[in-house]
Amino acid sequence: MSDLKVVQTLDTSGLSCPLPVVKTKKALNGIEVGDILEMIATDPGSIPDMEAWARQTGHELMESHDEGEKFRFLIKKTH
Amino acid sequence: MENKPKKLALISSQGTLDWAYPPFILATAAAAMDWEVGIFFTFYGLPLLKKDFKATVSPASNPAMPMKMPFGPEGFKNFNWPMPNMLMSNVPGFEAMATSMMKKTFKDKGVATVEELRDMAVEMDVKMIGCQMTMDVFGFKKEEFIDEAEIGGAATFLEFASDANVSLFV
Repeated sequence: MSDLKVVQTLDTSGLSCPLPVVKTKKALNGIEVGDILEMIATDPGSIPDMEAWARQTGHELMESHDEGEKFRFLIKKTH
Repeated sequence: MENKPKKLALISSQGTLDWAYPPFILATAAAAMDWEVGIFFTFYGLPLLKKDFKATVSPASNPAMPMKMPFGPEGFKNFNWPMPNMLMSNVPGFEAMATSMMKKTFKDKGVATVEELRDMAVEMDVKMIGCQMTMDVFGFKKEEFIDEAEIGGAATFLEFASDANVSLFV
């Protein structure tokens, strides 16, 4: 958590599948390679879905936190 | 990771509100994972390509569909109303009521509308192929469909699907 530069935060609270994944992809299109996107979700399915999404796209899922009511992800755009 | 993208080939053959969802959900999720996606709209799925479509739920064809109230306290909303769909679907206005109830429940749960999902699919370059034969049978014209729709037949879809990693019939 030291020098991570989050350039954008995307809040998908209240949204269901497949919107967290789709909106994450869209947000990533708007940032630079190496930049980090923070994504907040309330959909419990977003944890396995974001993990699968990262494996499929090759972008780096740096953190995946269950914060009780919310889930928080840090995604680094790798290409 | 930068080799050939994975590919998803879908057939959408049902035009009711509930069955309109799966192809668009899968298509947008796959496109978000950088997959190449194509959907072949045929038979009752074809109207989903119309600029202006009105998908409804048909409780008559879904005897197991739970009836959920979109309002009231949580316990009331979660209760499965024991309405015999086979009977209730004969009541005038029941389909419209079931449709608006389903739309309301979906909205409350943060589910995108079918229209929104289709817009996203278009934006993410999902290939949409309308079935020529179905157009002829039901009398649809290409002008009625969204501009992004292509027209083709079984061979067109099969060629697309021939090297797909995942192919599903919905």
